[in-house]
Amino acid sequence: MRDVAVIGIGMTQFGELWGKSLKDIFVEAALKATEDSGVDHIDSMYVGAMSSGLFVGQEHLGAVMADYLAVTPIPATHIESACASGGAAFRQAYLEVASGASDIVLAGGVEKMTDTSDVTEVLATAADQEYEVFHGVTFPGLYALMANAYMHQYKATREQLAAVAVKNHRNGAKNPNAQYRNEITPEQVMTSTMVADPLRLLDCSPVSDGAAAVIVASMDVAKKMKKNLIRVKASAQTSGTIALHSRESFTTLPSVVRAAEKTYTMAGVTPDQINVVEVHDCFTIAEIIVSEDLGFFEKGKGAEAAEKGLTSIECKRPINTSGGLKAKGHPVGATWIAQIIEIYEQLSGTAGERQVKNARIGMTQNMGGTGASCVIHILEAI
Amino acid sequence: MIPSRYVREIPQRYRLEGGKCLKCGHINFPSRLICPECKSKEFEKTVLQDEGKLLTYTIIRVAAEKFSQETPFAVGIVELNDGVRVTCQIADAEEGDIQIGQRIKLVFRKIQEDGKAGILCYGYKGVIVG
Amino acid sequence: MIGIVGYGAYLPRYRIKVDEIARQWGYDPDSVKKGLVLHEKTVPGLDEDTITISVEASKKALRRAQIDPKEIGAVYVGSESHPYAVKPTATIVIDALDIGPNVHVASYEFACKAGTEAMYNAYALVKADEMKYAMGIGADTSQGAPGDALEFAASAGGAAFIMGKEKVVAEILYTNSYTSDTPDFWRREGEYYPRHGGRFTGEPAYFKHILGAGMALLEKSKMKPEDFKYAVFHMPNGKFPQTAGRKLGFTKEQLEAGWIAPWMGNTYSGSSPMGLTAILDVAEPGELIFMVSFGSGAGSDGFIFRVTEEITNVRDRAEKLRTMLDNNKKYLTYGEYAKYRRKIIINE
Repeated sequence: MRDVAVIGIGMTQFGELWGKSLKDIFVEAALKATEDSGVDHIDSMYVGAMSSGLFVGQEHLGAVMADYLAVTPIPATHIESACASGGAAFRQAYLEVASGASDIVLAGGVEKMTDTSDVTEVLATAADQEYEVFHGVTFPGLYALMANAYMHQYKATREQLAAVAVKNHRNGAKNPNAQYRNEITPEQVMTSTMVADPLRLLDCSPVSDGAAAVIVASMDVAKKMKKNLIRVKASAQTSGTIALHSRESFTTLPSVVRAAEKTYTMAGVTPDQINVVEVHDCFTIAEIIVSEDLGFFEKGKGAEAAEKGLTSIECKRPINTSGGLKAKGHPVGATWIAQIIEIYEQLSGTAGERQVKNARIGMTQNMGGTGASCVIHILEAI
Repeated sequence: MIPSRYVREIPQRYRLEGGKCLKCGHINFPSRLICPECKSKEFEKTVLQDEGKLLTYTIIRVAAEKFSQETPFAVGIVELNDGVRVTCQIADAEEGDIQIGQRIKLVFRKIQEDGKAGILCYGYKGVIVG
Repeated sequence: MIGIVGYGAYLPRYRIKVDEIARQWGYDPDSVKKGLVLHEKTVPGLDEDTITISVEASKKALRRAQIDPKEIGAVYVGSESHPYAVKPTATIVIDALDIGPNVHVASYEFACKAGTEAMYNAYALVKADEMKYAMGIGADTSQGAPGDALEFAASAGGAAFIMGKEKVVAEILYTNSYTSDTPDFWRREGEYYPRHGGRFTGEPAYFKHILGAGMALLEKSKMKPEDFKYAVFHMPNGKFPQTAGRKLGFTKEQLEAGWIAPWMGNTYSGSSPMGLTAILDVAEPGELIFMVSFGSGAGSDGFIFRVTEEITNVRDRAEKLRTMLDNNKKYLTYGEYAKYRRKIIINE
């Protein structure tokens, strides 16, 4: 396996993009990434999207996007792994380059969620249809089951959950591509509309349109093209039980724990050596549980850590400097690609107001469903 | 709901039939082709206990459209007395009625309707005991 | 000996008070309560219908009978609120209870007496030696038009009876049916709510048929009202069964155990069958029970039961009717009730 680098990034504004179609936004992000990298061609491409078929009625996304990006006849493949679709698409691109099969590969993600009326039903397809969704459970509902179990087990408070949303909105306010650029107060979170007890509207990531793309290349190509070299130091993907109820505990995500172990081993680093992290905060409780499962905080201490501000931009190892899924937006398939774009900018020193000082090693964690799939990467500035 | 998809689940949803692994004794609900615990492929039919305790719950306020007329409704994960865990609605209950650790009994209820003209779908829901 | 070997009843936990309905439509609550002898009625949850009620009542009947469900050769469900217009309710009931597939099923409809029709035919098949056991169920989630007098009473519940020859808890001694073309209450195909003939539903309908069947049954059995410990009649409200009983020569005391309408309302096909379960919950061996149902259209089925020693073994195996009726109630506002009964037009 040879060394792989990220050499170009591009994303659209995240939000309710009423005037733009699924194709428009993907092509916009892909063109930006290609131009940013400076390459004159790509060898193949992967498109991560959770459910363009149900959201827009369009499948066969690999071919659709290759056509509209005017790169046919290169191989173009749609990758689906629920909310981890973007991460899984990137990992395929990474493996293709690492294996030597290709030199330059585009990994993109996209979701156009505002073209459907029943987003809740579409998102629920990431859970077990017959044994969870049949009973009326929704995604906020599944994470609420975790939140209730967590609060019961660790005596965590509502305020502690709210702290995650408040922090992510503060970061999102500094991100020009974020869907929400307003700061919010804990009171606003705790009095927002109840969605699934104890989770309220401001505990939940929004419904978003958006696309993001990166160009992945061999280190040889990267060295020719770029001054700042951002190397993919480790890549891991895991799976877990599809149904939440099949797990021994509802307050830890085994797929995240395993993927983290694998990436730390592959990268030869410990959690303490990570300078900046993007995690999958689809709901406030998710960021708390994941921050523990990644080894940053002891089990049961993540909520307290969020409240104490131990994950804010000023801290030793900030979480979700981009604003996270909560403030930046969560166009499902594009989410993880946007995470890696944030880490790329942090490691390149181009994150502007959000810049974390001396960031050299960054991590991205992306998961599908209630953690039935997880993709983690560690990137390093060389 | 396409009838064939519904009919396949009837033994599980109406009668709580699961598959007990003949090698390690693990009960799978629904039954599977391979045991996730020991990889054995031989099972015998077993009927789950219809009582257990509530491990966690939530009250769904925003539901998919087909459930939107029923909100708010409670959903929980119940650990049945034989150790099997199921996700189901907690019927006849609202905020304030439910607590983690409560005893739950599974009863037969209508779970969803396929619009005004499609089939009716039945199955198990939990109710709080006593 | 042929008769009931297992019985069970089910009613939902939701209730609405007569006062609440009366206020909604501008009636004087006290005069309505007094006129109908009715305090409150049961209301099904959004996830309850004749099928779920039948299953829960049948589960109790099976628990009491302690028989192999596969030995039940027929399941009949009587109701005027079968969830499917075409597809028998019992097809779902038998799969939920692991009865069948070698089983004969049918949906019956005869306004409020469809339940006793189911019981009658179940009994007849066992008596004819066609099968070892047969189950008859009466269940309803009946609807009265908003603002109509029927709305005060139309409620939800059901009862199931397994008929057999071994370990009989209540032997069936005599039966009688009395039927005529009497359009006192009806619902045309495609209509949502039933229509009725107002006061015509009383003397020429309810009383004529109940008294007709009742007197014929007394004559056939050569018994007198005072021979019975208990009597139960169809309960469209609290008042009618009391009047019918008095006219036939029964006392208030004989009716008391099965007189559940004041707090339950009219569960239509489940009405007198549920009253019968309330009697079986308290009856002692050797006691006689007199029962007459009524269904608009119109007709009545009469039964005479003799309770056996076996009753003391089975009745505690499942929840009793009065326990369900008196406990775990949740009262609804008229608005909630209108939502639960789908009386509000919504966007699909």
